[in-house]
Amino acid sequence: MSLLPEAAGPFAADPIPASAGVGLRHNHVYDFIVDPPDIGWIEIHTENYLTAGGPRLRQLERIRRDYPLSCHGVGLSLGSHDGLDRDHLARIRQMMDRFQPGLVSEHVSWSVTGGVYFNDLLPLPYTEEALRVICRNIEHAQEALGRRMLVENPSSYVSFKQSTMPEWEFMAEIVRRTGCGLLLDVNNIHVSAFNHGFEADPYLDAIPLEAVGEIHVAGHFVHHFDERTILIDDHGAPVDDAVWQLFRGALKRLGPMPTLVEWDTNIPALPVLLAEVRKAQVLLDAVGAGHVKSHVA
Amino acid sequence: MPSAPATLKVMLRDLQDAFRRGVFADDERDAVALIRRSEITPEQRLSIYRNNTFGSLINVLQAAYPVVCRLVGERFFRFAARGFVAGGPPTAPRLSAYGGGFGDYLAGFEPARSVPYLADVARLEWARQEAYFAADATSIAPVALQAVAPERYAGLRFDLHPSVRLVSSLFPVLSVWRANQPENETVPRVDLRAGGERAMAIRPNVQVELVPLAVGDWTLVSELATGASLEEAAAKASAAEPTFDLQRGLLEHLTRGTFRAFRDADEPQGDKQ
Repeated sequence: MSLLPEAAGPFAADPIPASAGVGLRHNHVYDFIVDPPDIGWIEIHTENYLTAGGPRLRQLERIRRDYPLSCHGVGLSLGSHDGLDRDHLARIRQMMDRFQPGLVSEHVSWSVTGGVYFNDLLPLPYTEEALRVICRNIEHAQEALGRRMLVENPSSYVSFKQSTMPEWEFMAEIVRRTGCGLLLDVNNIHVSAFNHGFEADPYLDAIPLEAVGEIHVAGHFVHHFDERTILIDDHGAPVDDAVWQLFRGALKRLGPMPTLVEWDTNIPALPVLLAEVRKAQVLLDAVGAGHVKSHVA
Repeated sequence: MPSAPATLKVMLRDLQDAFRRGVFADDERDAVALIRRSEITPEQRLSIYRNNTFGSLINVLQAAYPVVCRLVGERFFRFAARGFVAGGPPTAPRLSAYGGGFGDYLAGFEPARSVPYLADVARLEWARQEAYFAADATSIAPVALQAVAPERYAGLRFDLHPSVRLVSSLFPVLSVWRANQPENETVPRVDLRAGGERAMAIRPNVQVELVPLAVGDWTLVSELATGASLEEAAAKASAAEPTFDLQRGLLEHLTRGTFRAFRDADEPQGDKQ
């Protein structure tokens, strides 16, 4: 039996097409291998594939033959005061050398402090100090990974007293200082706008649209504290109408973009997820996306 | 948005540390003081992060320990897992590596005292998890040793396949594990007084296998894993089990793929495949 290639895999860094893609989840892996769906690209959570070996990596290797790949990180903790974990960066680099993603993204948030990992994306205070920290970390990551990254606008349930600028200004300033790109998560804009009482549409006008390289849409959960409502970004439901509306607004400004439908909890059968992906594709087609690039089976 | 007054100037390091205490240590005073007040209270807002963090990490443990969960029921499992997470949150953002100490935790977990084999079942499940995510490697073929002159056998040293993990229990832990697989709707009876069991987890290719090992066999592999020569390991194995048959044991392990490489005593650097 032959071994998997070590570092550099046999893949070219296929660009991510401006069509609808899907997040690859473990329960759908078998479906993807036996009957690859007709979609333009897939996205993985980077941290799920940083193991030394094992079937997951082999499955991804098989599926990667059929689709361009985007690597979406959830553990780098770009907003950590402590700086980035060098071992973690090195593992990511190794994985990327093997699977050759067309896009690499992370979050404007933090998950690690004092050596403890929260497995959650926590918000930053929007201050000059936090800006300096995250820009330093993004520069470190871009250098270690040898490429430009996209960073995603966060969803959040708290805002901090010491914030001195609105989130869109913080995002714009990150792009200006580091040269990174943006992953525009329209569900996050909707969730944060609702939770913190700002308008979602002007957010789109305030960020540097020319830096956007990918869009995320997802479902959220409506939670009640007595008679008060807060939106939880659980990626566990179909995309809300208000989020589709915001997506249309983004596409009107941006034109067609690689668009990912995220569904990470209460994960449905693949056909249900693919139906959401088709909805996104219809909206992309309406702004001139052209045809979905067929996979090479 | 107005500029923050100087009294609110909290450094990012302090804010992140306050959140760590607020989420993991039930010490939410400092975190709450940082959060803007509105109709939903800072305490309620912070509780969302606590629930997300604990809920997701408990889910990670539940996925890694399905048999422990089945043995004690989901409610009890999540109660136990919550204590484990609070006492030892992840230190790295790789969830496949999180939860290795759960067996040791259960061994000292007072409410689980009536299930004395629970900790060892957890250790067995973790051995499987580690085998699953271990590095891929090609094992040496059973015929590989044929090239070695018989008088050199005693000095051979072996590198184990990177997926090999060994578990030893005073309870019939492998039998309990097998009896509690999801396809068993009713649990076959396991005689807990049947004595201890030893097992090896190994993933020669795609599937993780759990192999029962007799004490001699288990001792042989344990000793080889620490770098002992075949002669030294075989002596320990025979001491543990007088009827231990080295030739048969070695052949079985070669067939299973237990060894990744072997070295002659005289050439410690040279891997022979």
